[in-house]
Amino acid sequence: MRDVAIVAFAQSNCQRDAGAQNEVELIMPVLSEVFKQTGIKSAQDVDFTCSGSCDYQQGAAFAFVAGVDALGAVPPIKESHVEMDAAWALYEAWLKIQMGHAESALLYGFGKSSPGELPIVLSQQLDPYYLAPLWVDTIAFAAMQARTMLDSGEITEADMAEVVARSRNNALANPHAQLKGDQTAADLLKEATYVSPLRLHDCCPISDGACAMIICTIEKAEEWGKPYAIIKGIDHRIETHHIGSRDLSRSVSTEIAGEAVGVKNGKVDVAELYAPFSHQEIILKKALGLGDDTVINPSGGVLAGNVMMASGLSRIGEVAMRIIRGEATRGVAHATSGPCLQQNLVTVLEAK
Amino acid sequence: MAQLAAVVGVGQTKYKTKRKDVSIAGMVREAAVGALEDAGLTWKDIDAVIIGKAPDMFEGVIMPELYLTDALGCNGKPMLRVHTAGSVGGSTAIVAASYVQSGVFKRILTVSFEKQSESNAMWALSNPQPFSPHLNAGAGGYFAPIIREYMRRSNAPYDAGIKVAVKDRLHGAKNPLAHLQLPEISMKEVEDSPMLWEPLRFLEACPSSDGACAMIIANEELATKSPRKPAWIRGAAMRSEPTMYAGREQVNPQAGIDCAKDVYAQAGIHNPRKDLDCAEIYVPFSWYEPMWLENLGFADVGKGWELTMSGATSLTEGGDIPWNPSGGVLCSNPIGASGMIRFAEAAQQVRGEAGAHQVDGAKTAMGHAYGGGAQFYSMWVVSSEKA
Repeated sequence: MRDVAIVAFAQSNCQRDAGAQNEVELIMPVLSEVFKQTGIKSAQDVDFTCSGSCDYQQGAAFAFVAGVDALGAVPPIKESHVEMDAAWALYEAWLKIQMGHAESALLYGFGKSSPGELPIVLSQQLDPYYLAPLWVDTIAFAAMQARTMLDSGEITEADMAEVVARSRNNALANPHAQLKGDQTAADLLKEATYVSPLRLHDCCPISDGACAMIICTIEKAEEWGKPYAIIKGIDHRIETHHIGSRDLSRSVSTEIAGEAVGVKNGKVDVAELYAPFSHQEIILKKALGLGDDTVINPSGGVLAGNVMMASGLSRIGEVAMRIIRGEATRGVAHATSGPCLQQNLVTVLEAK
Repeated sequence: MAQLAAVVGVGQTKYKTKRKDVSIAGMVREAAVGALEDAGLTWKDIDAVIIGKAPDMFEGVIMPELYLTDALGCNGKPMLRVHTAGSVGGSTAIVAASYVQSGVFKRILTVSFEKQSESNAMWALSNPQPFSPHLNAGAGGYFAPIIREYMRRSNAPYDAGIKVAVKDRLHGAKNPLAHLQLPEISMKEVEDSPMLWEPLRFLEACPSSDGACAMIIANEELATKSPRKPAWIRGAAMRSEPTMYAGREQVNPQAGIDCAKDVYAQAGIHNPRKDLDCAEIYVPFSWYEPMWLENLGFADVGKGWELTMSGATSLTEGGDIPWNPSGGVLCSNPIGASGMIRFAEAAQQVRGEAGAHQVDGAKTAMGHAYGGGAQFYSMWVVSSEKA
C-alpha cells in the first residue's frame, strides 16, 4: 500500500444544540478552515470528495444532499457519501488514492442530533423484526455490556470513573470540547447511577457539529508544501449484530483490524479511541494491545463531545494534528459504529 | 495504477410489489447467494461486503447493514455502506470495484436492495426538511416540469414518452425477473392510463418494487479462473452537482455530461451509439430516455426523441443500440437496487448471460444511474474484452 498524507483537519465546537443552524452552516466553517490550511480555494481543487452522515439524526431523508450545497459543486465534482461515520468516507477516499484515481480528497462528517432523542432514535438501528420493536436504546445496551464486565470482575466502577475523570481533565485543553472539568474519580463515584451501572458521566454527551479533513499522496503534500502525518495502515471490520452471540467484554472486530494495520509493530505514543461509554475505552485499549505508555484520548475523547458521524474522523484528525505538531511520532486512531462496538475502524499514523 | 477487475457473478431476486415471503435479510441473502452460485464460490471466498441502499426511511431501519452483517456472511470482515440517493446502486458498484482495483482486496461481494413495501417511498422522499420549503411532490412531481421544458425546447411529439413506456415493457416481458409483466401493452393503453403529473401518465412511471441485486467483483487473476465469462470493468465515473443554483441546466445537467465524458475516455468510447452494443440507463419516467440519449451523447441535443421514435433503442424492433433490454426501471424499481441492476444487467449482456433479453453478440455495454434532483450520477462501461 502506498502512504497517504493527512494535510489538514478542522472540527467545530461540540455543542449540545446548534439551534437553527442547518447542515450547510455547520459544514461550511470547517471546509473553509481545511481549504485555508491546505492553501486551496474550493472542492474543485481536490480530486474526490466523500462525506459521512445519517438521515435519522436530523430526521429527514437525504441529509447529505444539503451537505453538497456547502461544497459549491459548480462545476460538478467527483463525490460520494457513506451513511456511516466519516472515518469510512476516509477509507473510501484512501482506496481511490490507492487505485490511482485521485491524488487528493476532501472528507467531511456532520451530525445534528439535537432535534430528536438520540438514544431512542438509535434503537431503530437494531434488527427490525426482533430487537427494534423493543426500543432498546443505546444506553441500555451499553449498561448491559458494563454489567457483564463488572460481574466478571474484569473492571470496577472506579476504573470507569478514572476513564471519565481523565477525559474531562484532558478536555480542559480542548477548545472544542463540550464537557470538561477537574473532577476526580472519587468525586464522580459520588453521583447517582443513571441506567445502572452507568452514571450519566459514563455516557458520551449528545452533540451537534462537523469536521473536515484533506488527504493526498505524499507527492501532492510535498507539492503543496504543507506539513503532514502519514496513514501507514487503515482497516475496518464488523462482527455479529446479535449481542447474545458476542463476548461483550471483547471487541473482536477491533482486534482483527488492529492486527491488520500492525498497531503492535511499534511504540504507540498516542491513541484516540471512539469509546462512547467509559467501559468501552477499557475494552478497546485491550483489543488494540495498548500499554500504559500510550497517552489515550488526550483530546478528552467522545466522552467530552460526540458529534455522531464526525467523531470517528475527528479521532483520526486529532492524532494527525498531534503528529504534525511534533507531539508524537506514531499514533493510533479508532472509530466505531453500531451497538456495543459492533463495527470498528483502526488506523496507524506516523510522522514523515 | 488501478488493477483490472471484473464482474464474475450476478444474483438478482424476482422483483415484485411485496416480498412478503422474506425478511429484509432473507431478500438480500437471496441475491447474494445467487451471485455466489453464479461465480461458483462460497461465503469464505469473499474478502469484504459493500452494501448500498437509498434513504433508511424507505424501510425505517437506521444503517440496516449493521443488522445484515450476519445474513451476508460478513462477521470479522469489512463492511461499507454507500448512500448517494437514487444513483446509489451504481455508486455502490463503483465503490465496491475500488476495493479490488486498489489491489487491497482480491474478491468482494456487493449488494444493493430496497424493500419498499416496508414503508412508503413517496412519504420518505417528501417529508419536510428542516429550514427548507416543503415540496410534497414525490419524484414524479419533481421531474414533470423539467420534462415539460424538454418537450418545449425539442418540439418532441407528445407520444415519445408513450413509445418508451411500451418499448421498455415489451423488453421486460422477456425478463422473468422484471416486476411488471405487460407483454400485450399498446400505445393506446399507455395513452389512456390516468395522468399523474402532466405529461406523465400512470403507465409512463416506474413501479414501486421490493428486490435486491448482488455482484461478485474479482481481480484479474481470479476473474480469469472464474467458471463463467467475466465482465471486465473498463471505466467507472461519478459526478455530483447541487440540487439548485442560479442558472442550473436541469434538462441536460452538466454533471451527467461530465460523468459520461469521463467514463467514455476511460473505456475508449468515441461514439457511444456505435461503440456500445447496448445500454442499461436509469429511466424511471418515460421521457428520461430521450433526455438521457442527449445528455449521454447518443444523440444531438434536441434529437433524442428521434432515436426513440425510430426504434433505434428497441430490442424487439431490432434497433442498433438497445436501451434497457431488461425492461429497465420502468419495469422494476427497488430504488436502492435500481442502479446496481443497471450495472449488473450491462455485465450480463457482455457475459452473454442475459437470457431471452440478450442483445446478440454484445461485447461492450454501459450501466447508468442518477439520483436526487438529477444531480448525482454514476456510470460504468463493461466489456467481454480486457482492453
